[in-house]
Amino acid sequence: MMDKLQQLGAATLGVIERLGRGHIFIYYAIKGFPALALRPNLVLAQVFSTGVLSLIIILVSGLFVGMVLGLQGYNTLVDFGAEESLGVMVALSLVRELGPVVTALLFAGRAGSALTAEIGLMKSTEQLSGMEMMAVDPLQRVVAPRFLAGAIAMPLLAAMFSAVGVMGGYFVGVGLLGVDEGAFWSQMQASVEIDEDIINGIIKSFAFGIVVTWIAVFEGYDCVPTSEGVSRATTRTVVHSSLAVLGLDFVLTALMFGE
Amino acid sequence: MAENDEPLVKIRNLHFSRGDRKIFDGVDIDIQKGRITAIMGPSGTGKTTLLKLIGGQLRPDQGTIHVDGKHVHKLSHSQLYELRKRMGMLFQSGALLTDINVYDNVAFPIREHTKLSESIIRHLVLMKLHAVGLRGARDLMPSELSGGMARRVALARAIALDPMMIMFDEPFTGQDPISMGVLVTLIRSLNDALDLTSILVSHDVQETASIADYIYVISEGKVVEHGSSETLQRSSSPWVKQFMEGLPDGPVPFHYPSLDYADDLLTGSRP
Ligand SMILES: Nc1ncnc2c1ncn2[C@@H]1O[C@H](COP(=O)(O)OP(=O)(O)OP(=O)(O)O)[C@@H](O)[C@H]1O
Ligand SMILES: [Mg+2]
Repeated sequence: MMDKLQQLGAATLGVIERLGRGHIFIYYAIKGFPALALRPNLVLAQVFSTGVLSLIIILVSGLFVGMVLGLQGYNTLVDFGAEESLGVMVALSLVRELGPVVTALLFAGRAGSALTAEIGLMKSTEQLSGMEMMAVDPLQRVVAPRFLAGAIAMPLLAAMFSAVGVMGGYFVGVGLLGVDEGAFWSQMQASVEIDEDIINGIIKSFAFGIVVTWIAVFEGYDCVPTSEGVSRATTRTVVHSSLAVLGLDFVLTALMFGE
Repeated sequence: MAENDEPLVKIRNLHFSRGDRKIFDGVDIDIQKGRITAIMGPSGTGKTTLLKLIGGQLRPDQGTIHVDGKHVHKLSHSQLYELRKRMGMLFQSGALLTDINVYDNVAFPIREHTKLSESIIRHLVLMKLHAVGLRGARDLMPSELSGGMARRVALARAIALDPMMIMFDEPFTGQDPISMGVLVTLIRSLNDALDLTSILVSHDVQETASIADYIYVISEGKVVEHGSSETLQRSSSPWVKQFMEGLPDGPVPFHYPSLDYADDLLTGSRP
C-alpha cells in the first residue's frame, strides 16, 4: 500500500518536474528569437522542412475532408430543403474546427515526429554536446528556429487545408450533386464572419502550432540518448501533441463560441 | 619552458558520482599553461567525464574547477559560453554535425562566432584541414568518413577558432601508424607554435608519454600518480608500472566492479 502511494507520488513529481523543465527549456529557446532576426535563413530552412514538405499531405487530406463534408452535409441538409446552405456548412466546419484540428493532428504526425527524431538523434550522437562545447547554444541554434518555424507554418497550413477543403465541398456539392452555384458561394460569403470565424480559426491554429512544435522539440531535446529513447520520444510526441490539440480545442472553442 | 605560477586549469577536491557509483573521490589536478598534460587511466575511470566537468557540461557534487581563473560552475550562462569560445574540445566520438559536409563542419564555429568573409573562412578551413591531411575530403559527408578520419576532422574543427586550450579525448584511437605519427607531431607543434595548453586523454601510453610534459594517472576516483613522463616511467609503484607497460596482471583491475567470476557463473540464472 505504502509502496503504491510512494510510486504514485514519485510519478506525479516526475510529471511536474518535466513540465517545469519544458517551460524553462522553451523560455531559453524564445530568448534566442532576437538573434534569429539577424539570420532569417535558419528559420526559412525550417519553415521549408516543417511547412513546405508537409504541404502535400495537408492538401490531399483537405481535399478529401472537404469532399466528405460536401456529401454528408448535402444528405442532411436536403431533408430540410436547405441544401443551398451547403457552402456555409462546409466553410464554417472547416474554418472553425476541422481546418485547425485536422491540420494540427497531421502536422504532429508529419513534422512533429520528424523534429523529435532529428533533435533526439543529434543528442544521442553528441552533436548537441559538441555544439555546447563550441560555445553554440543548441537551444538557440537548433531549437529556436525550429520552434518559430513550426508556429509560423501551422496557421498557413491550416489556412490552405480549409481553402482546399472548401474547393472539395464545392466539387461534390455543386459539381456532383447539383447545388446551385450562386447560392453556394453567396450564402457562404454572407455567413462566414472575418472576426468571428476566420480570426478565431487562425488563433486556434497558431495555438496548436505552438503546442505541437513545443512538445516535439522538447521531447527530442529531453529524450534518453539511445535508439530506444529516441523512438519512445517520437511516439510520445505524436500521442501527447494529438491529445493536447484535442483538449486545447475544446477549451478554445468554449472560450470563443461558448455563450 | 617557463614555469607559470597560476595553472590554467585548477581542480580541487573534485567529487562526482553517477547514481551510486563514485567517479571522482577528491581529485586535485593542475594543468599548467603552455604545456601538454596527459590524463591516463583504465577505461571507464572517468576521463571523458573529467573533460565534461572542465567544460562545464557536468556539475561536480563537491569541489571546484577554475579555468583561467574563473570558477566554471559559478559562471552565468553567457559567461560560460564566452569561456567555451576559448576552449576547444575533441570528442571521443567526433560529434560532427551529420547533415553538413566536412568543409562546413570545420567552418561551423568560425561562421557562428566571427563575421569573417567567406573567402577568409575558406582559407582558414583549408589550412586546418590540410593540417590533419584531409583537405581532399572537404566535400565528403560525415557518414562517408572512417572513424579515424572523422576524429581528424573533429580535430580540425576544434582548432578552427585558435583556442587557448584544447581538450583531446582519445585523438589517437583508430589511427594507422602514419596518421598517428602525424597527429602526435601535430598536437605537439600546435601546442608550441600557438602557445596552446593541451589536455590529452589517451590510452596509447608510448605516444602519450612521448609528447606529454606532465602526466596524471587516475583510477577508481583518485589520482594515483603524477609527474613528468620520465618520472612515471621510472616509478616504483607497481600500479603505475603495470599501467605504463600494459601488463594484464597486477593491481590495476581490468574488470568493471563485479561479483566474483566463479560465483557469478554458478548463480545459474541472471540476478
Ligand atoms: N551518461 C551516463 N550515465 C551514467 N553513467 C555514465 C554515463 N556516462 C558515463 N558513465 C559512467 O561513468 C564512468 C566513467 O565514464 P567515462 O566515459 O568518463 O570513462 P572514460 O575514462 O572516458 O573511459 P574510456 O577510456 O573507455 O573512454 C563509467 O563507468 C560509465 O559507466
Ligand atoms: Mg572516454
